[in-house]
Amino acid sequence: MSGVLTFTDAGIYCPAGDFWIDPWRPVPRALITHGHADHARAGMGRYMATEAAAPVIRHRLGDSIALQTTTYGAQTRIGDATVSFHPAGHVPGSAQIRVETGGEVWVVSGDYKTVDDGLSEPFEPVACHNFITECTFGLPVFNWTPQEVLADQINSWWRDNAAAGRFSLLGAYSLGKAQRLLRLVDPEIAPILTHGAIENTNAVLRSQGIALPHTELVTPEIDLTSRTGALVLAPPSALGSAWARRFKPQSSGFASGWMALRGVRRRRAADRGFIVSDHADWTGLNDAIRATGAERVFVTHGYTGPFRRWLADQGYDAHVVSTEYDGESLDGGEDE
Amino acid sequence: MKDFARLFTTLDQTTRTTVKVAAMAEFFQTAQDADKLWCVALFSGRRPRRVITTTRLREWAAERAGVPLWLFEESYPVVGDLAETIALVLPPPTTETDKPLSHWIGELQRLSKLDEDARKAGILAAWDSLDRTERFLFTKLLTGGFRIGVSQKLMTRALAQATGQDDAALTHKLMGSWTPETTSWAALIEAHDPRADLSRPYPFYLAYQLEDRDALGPPSDWFIDRKWDGIRAQLVLRGGEHHLWSRGEELMTDRFPELGRLVDFLPPGTVIDGELLAWRDGPLPFNALQKRIGRKSVPKKLLAEVPVVLMAYDLLEQDGRDIREKPLTDRRAQLETLVADLPPEVPLRLSPEVTGDSWNALARIRAASRDHNAEGLMLKRRSSPYLAGRKKGDWWKWKVDPLTVDAVMIYAQAGHGRRANLFTDFTFAVRDGDGFTPFTKAYSGLTDAEFREITRWVRKNTLQRFGPVRQVPPELVFEIAFEGIQESPRHKSGIALRFPRMARWRHDKPLAEINTLSDLHEMLAQHG
Repeated sequence: MSGVLTFTDAGIYCPAGDFWIDPWRPVPRALITHGHADHARAGMGRYMATEAAAPVIRHRLGDSIALQTTTYGAQTRIGDATVSFHPAGHVPGSAQIRVETGGEVWVVSGDYKTVDDGLSEPFEPVACHNFITECTFGLPVFNWTPQEVLADQINSWWRDNAAAGRFSLLGAYSLGKAQRLLRLVDPEIAPILTHGAIENTNAVLRSQGIALPHTELVTPEIDLTSRTGALVLAPPSALGSAWARRFKPQSSGFASGWMALRGVRRRRAADRGFIVSDHADWTGLNDAIRATGAERVFVTHGYTGPFRRWLADQGYDAHVVSTEYDGESLDGGEDE
Repeated sequence: MKDFARLFTTLDQTTRTTVKVAAMAEFFQTAQDADKLWCVALFSGRRPRRVITTTRLREWAAERAGVPLWLFEESYPVVGDLAETIALVLPPPTTETDKPLSHWIGELQRLSKLDEDARKAGILAAWDSLDRTERFLFTKLLTGGFRIGVSQKLMTRALAQATGQDDAALTHKLMGSWTPETTSWAALIEAHDPRADLSRPYPFYLAYQLEDRDALGPPSDWFIDRKWDGIRAQLVLRGGEHHLWSRGEELMTDRFPELGRLVDFLPPGTVIDGELLAWRDGPLPFNALQKRIGRKSVPKKLLAEVPVVLMAYDLLEQDGRDIREKPLTDRRAQLETLVADLPPEVPLRLSPEVTGDSWNALARIRAASRDHNAEGLMLKRRSSPYLAGRKKGDWWKWKVDPLTVDAVMIYAQAGHGRRANLFTDFTFAVRDGDGFTPFTKAYSGLTDAEFREITRWVRKNTLQRFGPVRQVPPELVFEIAFEGIQESPRHKSGIALRFPRMARWRHDKPLAEINTLSDLHEMLAQHG
């Protein structure tokens, strides 16, 4: 096995360029696919990410980090390796990272989805010999609801609640998912309120030119009586907390790919579950892998065992790699 | 099917009972009679005859979805429900139809008469014309087990709302061995003569565990007897026939043929609530009775080996009259008269009254329950009527404290349904010399938050996988509570527990201090 990229205790490593991609232990130089906590960690000597991902990474890891930015498609020479970032469609600024040495091309997908969510730079397939892919939802039971059906579901839920004088409390990750939902909903229905964690990310994304509908931060002083029927966006962990209980009466909803499973939906004890994920579904994963033309595929996180075997059945040279990425976790995950 | 799918979706999307009841009531007012009847049947645990094995369903679904069977099988435990797994893997439908629920059930009956190729074609065609929710429901009909978060009680309330009939009257109408094939909406729900079915039992009155002993008042207000450890049953004697019902409304008449003799000794129009017990000069432990459970017919040898009696608790019907409204004291007096003159070989006993001057004296009697093969005491207010279902106030069960051991988790497995994707089914071990010996499994007793925490731990600490089972290092210690302990040569530990569950997670307990296999055998000697 040639070693353009190798798998180490600290993360995915490129010997030719002496850098790591999305490492989980402190290293001198880290190339970051996107700003979620399981991919962009503190303590690296130097960072590199896309211009669009940089504001969130700075917001989360601090302004003092040494961060080099690049644009999609631009080639950078690092040591003996040529590196470029390509849209992954996961969240704004998210990238797949392409690494080439001596004519051999490897691509690290980070997290990705193939459908256009109307917010992130749409996914672009990148031809390569070796593809390192996530497979958070790598089973054939995961097939996402089309975006326009989803918009209908959420808007009619919110509209019914607003008509009945109820708040609509919607749980979603604060980076990516929340903003994607903001652009899906119909802001004419009622006001939109946000939890601090989401409003902070909104501010960062707005300042880099991403248009979002008007939102209001929930403060201890906010007058809720004049905002009945509002949509309240909060991170999943805030649902069911004391913070969430002040919105009365309310209907609660949860936006996650896991909501495709009835058992998980019922366990969450939310009134509604909306099937929304920023990860590729079964079809998306298979299409993306096929489009790379890769012969060898490494699967990093998700249903790695069965997905690897499936890929092997399809004729790929497929391997499982152990990493510390969480993906869209049932209990916390990338947002924490 | 679209109206039924809409009903299901509404039920599934809310946790509010008022919304659930309103949705069902609307269905009972608007759907056609055959659909309403099937809805009542499904929500009360009745289902169409299974026409196809789940093995074939899995194969056909995988084939239609274009995935290998092994991948389908990998997905099933993640989803936790076979019908849902099938609904999720199938490609979107290519046609659309809206035929009523009863049509699809009729279709199943039609398919049951055809050969396998024709059945396959029929089921694939059905899948291909139903949307995801309809497909899930249709496949649920094929696989059985229609549990969808609606209790029969809630459904009955909706039925009462929709028909203007009394809740309890409807509950009575819905009992018994009817199926949509043997009755109609008009006969079952609308007809006014509930005595049409001579076998029909009354709803069981069930008690909650005693909450507050101080609130009971003087012991003299209470009729107290033992909570026998057998099978709760209702014996219905009418028109020269006898029927025996379990609490789960299952007809057990043929499994306990010795009770047929009672027809010769008791007048018709008698209904007795009691407990089936294996009996030889006194009650035998529950595991003796276990040999009789689950057998549709009983060989003579077993009848002689494990004879059964009905331990009578209460009299619900006398001379064909429903006497449930009378105070317990009166019912009991009549029951005693009825049983008094029976010869001893008749398999009916009167559950003896237990008396004590004070609650403390009674507590001592209760503590010795296991010596009598009983689970504790039953406290029944002397003035109480015989109510329907689980009610607080007049009846309490006062169970003996469970036995407990501290044990360590060694295997974990994900649950099903609501617990899919969550590790909830654990195997526990006690110390045995330098090693550990597994002795029980347990699934319940912890909070969702604790199960989530354990799930994270299991994912990070898996040593080995055996299919869906994960071996974990022996680190997490739990207090296991159980109701009884028996010898069991089938198990490596040599023992089997009754109703084991996790009483609590002992974060404070070091592994060195958990119980040992010899502790368990000591318990067996004392309580087995």
